[in-house]
Amino acid sequence: MTHIAKPPVRHPELPTNALGLTRRDYEGAMSTLCAGCGHDSVTAAVIQAAWHMDLEPYRVAKLSGIGCSSKTPTYFLGQAHGFNSVHGRMPAIATGAQAAAPDLTYIGVSGDGDSLSIGLGQLCHAIRRNVNMLYILENNGVYGLTKGQFSASADLGSRAKRGQVNLQSPIDPVLLALGLGATFVARGFSGDKAQLVPMLEAAIRHRGFGFVDVVSPCVAFNDHEGSTKSYRYTRDHMAQAVETDLVLPMAEITASYDPGAAREVRFPDGSAVRFRKVPEDYDPTDRDGVERYVRARQAEGEIPTGILYVNEDAPDHVDTLHMVDTRMVDLPFEALCPGSDRLQEVMAGFR
Amino acid sequence: MSGINDFAFKIGTVNGTGSASANGLLMKTIFRMGIPVSGKNLFPSNIQGLPTWYEIRVSGEGHLARRAEFDLVVAMNPASYARDVTEVRSGGWVLHDASWPLPDKVRRDDVTFLGVPLAELCNERFQGTRARILLKNIAYAGVLAALLDMDLEVMDTLLQETYGRKKALLDSNFEAVRLGWDHAREHLPSPLPFRLAPMDATRDHIIIDGNTAAALGCVYAGATVAAWYPITPSTSLVDAFGGFSSKLRKDPESGRDRVAIIQAEDELAAVGMVVGASWMGARAFTATSGPGISLMSEFIGLAYYAEIPAVIFDIQRTGPSTGMPTRTQQGDLLMVAYASHGDTRHIALFPADPGECFTMAVEAFDLAERYQTPVFVVSDLDIGMNDWVVPAFRWDDAYRPDRGKVLSAEDLEGMERFHRYVDVDGDGIAARSLPGVHPRGAFFTRGSGHDKYGRYTEDSEAYVEVVDRLDRKIGGAVERAPVPEWVGSGDAGVGIVTVGGCRGAVLEARARLESAGIPVDVMRVRAFPFGPEVRGFLESHERVYVVEQNRDAQLRSLLALDTGFPLERMTSILSYGGMPLSAHEVIAGVAPAPTATPSSDPPPTPDAATPASASASVSPPMASTGRSPS
Repeated sequence: MTHIAKPPVRHPELPTNALGLTRRDYEGAMSTLCAGCGHDSVTAAVIQAAWHMDLEPYRVAKLSGIGCSSKTPTYFLGQAHGFNSVHGRMPAIATGAQAAAPDLTYIGVSGDGDSLSIGLGQLCHAIRRNVNMLYILENNGVYGLTKGQFSASADLGSRAKRGQVNLQSPIDPVLLALGLGATFVARGFSGDKAQLVPMLEAAIRHRGFGFVDVVSPCVAFNDHEGSTKSYRYTRDHMAQAVETDLVLPMAEITASYDPGAAREVRFPDGSAVRFRKVPEDYDPTDRDGVERYVRARQAEGEIPTGILYVNEDAPDHVDTLHMVDTRMVDLPFEALCPGSDRLQEVMAGFR
Repeated sequence: MSGINDFAFKIGTVNGTGSASANGLLMKTIFRMGIPVSGKNLFPSNIQGLPTWYEIRVSGEGHLARRAEFDLVVAMNPASYARDVTEVRSGGWVLHDASWPLPDKVRRDDVTFLGVPLAELCNERFQGTRARILLKNIAYAGVLAALLDMDLEVMDTLLQETYGRKKALLDSNFEAVRLGWDHAREHLPSPLPFRLAPMDATRDHIIIDGNTAAALGCVYAGATVAAWYPITPSTSLVDAFGGFSSKLRKDPESGRDRVAIIQAEDELAAVGMVVGASWMGARAFTATSGPGISLMSEFIGLAYYAEIPAVIFDIQRTGPSTGMPTRTQQGDLLMVAYASHGDTRHIALFPADPGECFTMAVEAFDLAERYQTPVFVVSDLDIGMNDWVVPAFRWDDAYRPDRGKVLSAEDLEGMERFHRYVDVDGDGIAARSLPGVHPRGAFFTRGSGHDKYGRYTEDSEAYVEVVDRLDRKIGGAVERAPVPEWVGSGDAGVGIVTVGGCRGAVLEARARLESAGIPVDVMRVRAFPFGPEVRGFLESHERVYVVEQNRDAQLRSLLALDTGFPLERMTSILSYGGMPLSAHEVIAGVAPAPTATPSSDPPPTPDAATPASASASVSPPMASTGRSPS
């Protein structure tokens, strides 16, 4: 399959954002994924979120590993620099890139094979470092490009298309991230864009690793009876654990919530995520409590979704490096090279 | 023969007991007396309790390669007495701790045993177990100072520089030196017939190891991102980079660092971070050893194909697999040249000493950015971790980094269209854009098949066009890469090709062969791919020897592969037991006994007085002097 450009046809009355850009300006090349693939819905959600946030496309770096999910950055933000790296190793590219250029917005797209098997280590360490990025895990429980092998997120007892039963316990991305101390943990469903778009936006606004596990069904290999990652199974079992609103920095606060129920977590840009409806005793900043809650709901067969956990107090990776906040490439050489006089002093220490 | 300012001695101790301080003190005292000296630290992959050795060679003539024939052995570790005593040459001396009787079975009739009750002396004089153990080492330094006629004032000055503000420590060190010195002057035949005499040959020189030098080179080159995973023997490079950066790279206003140093979770991630940072235009590097290169190969292929600069220091150690992590080798030459799957070829630089580690670090960044590709600096444990006496480094303030073809926002603004991989200038190098600079510069960096416009492709012609250009591009690097070092008239019958840290031993061998009437030309390659002059050297010599430190004659293979010169016309001289190369190994390969030239070093035999016996296969045309541990 070679590259397919999108025909530059535009509706004359598309709405524009603060930059005067339409949603079409946030699109990329034509998708080459299967018709009905959940990943295309995630792509649409990314486009919507970036447009809504008024992101300058060229100030965004989009990255991925290898697999169906990792193809998707080609399909959004055509004016952003993209990096389709090697299988499971996108976090390393993002980590190094951000240390060199902390001023860009980083969007990474991965899959369950990419993140939970070959790249599990890199995912864990990106979480530990709290790399400031949106990290989407498009989760379909199956290897698509190699035609239908179970992935590490396949549920115990779920059936493959050809009938095999998965006998290995799954790695749950949300519980994994909570266990590792991730600072932003959310789960969405590609079929619920209304929930997904603000979730992605919040993850981008979050300073640190914005981890979004998106159940994104594979129509070709994992959308059958017996699968626990099919459209039908997900619709039947997903439960919005928390309901949130994204409060923008300049937005007038008009909605009237019961002050006792509402809880806000504020992001560095002044925006906030407001937890409108949460279960009794649910605290989205209490890691242990959230983990217990998610575990309990999943034991009952539910797929809890929403922005489940937020911690805005942790330093991100660049903070911990104690480095200047400019782009490394913009530092003048004179500020980097100590020069010959200083070298003489250094040499004196080796005599 | 050994004599004034021409001898070698070896010190056997227990690691973790502070002997490194004493050994460093000895080497530095000789250096400050103006005498060329080298030190080789043979240490175990262990923190405390195992045998460790330090070899010091003194050479007024400036031959500082390893000399495996010892005039004096200092046996401080009962666990290695037996082996240590076998290593002293016939007629030599053994200094040992006489606090306990020396076992009869280690005694030799052809050497002189010098016993000093060091433990007893230190136990009487100092309090506390740890202090006694540490100061016993300083005491043997005092004994050696007397035996070898070291300048005590120089030694005192060095101790003052080290412990100046810690009065108690300084006093006890002074005392320990005197303890050894006085005892030796009173009871031993000091000074010995071979000894030191002050010279003026180390003015404008420094003592430095290659890793520290490379780190300093990275600071001067303007490197801003380092990502790494700890591995012997490369760790000290990034440690030193951090140390220099904390002094030389602070932003005076914010107090923040103009550098990011990231300790990665493994080598795969380390090189990935380097690639990510280079993608953003930073000068980024990693340092590792052979096992790390194995892991990095996946990303190295991506960087080659997607054309992203990266500087990778490979401080080679003895392979394969984990191998001998604290022994040296040149076993990664073929691997770095063609690292990763598919058709690849990489630029590699081969420093011979810390001086070149400094300069080649800078050259590596220039080449990586000019050719938008990974560049290896291929050092080894001997260069990287041992102390070398080299001329002090110089810096030209007119230097400006070669950032290669990087398009600015203005460049992009003025272009109608930007295509990442179009060869506009015909030199195989396409201009690159950096993320976040201008909307027109955006493109998709990928390791998957792409056409010259940067778009994904599975089209044969479009694919071939790109990979053919890549081959032209890397081949073109010979125009800017460091040229070989030539020594000799050029018309000798014997030509020796060598690489990296073999330099000292080969040049010493050349001097001895010449004085025995065998003229020799030497060419030390300093970069891969090889330029036309390399093939020229091979063709213009009747007998060509290739000297390197690995079993499989990797440099010879590379020469044949890259120049097309017939493999069978090159004779290999190989040393791969993990020890730095000695001149006698080269001489034995070029002029085997009994026609061996006069030399203080005998050619190796199965009974050679070295820790390793010669046991490598010799099959023409591979006249091997490789050694493996017994």
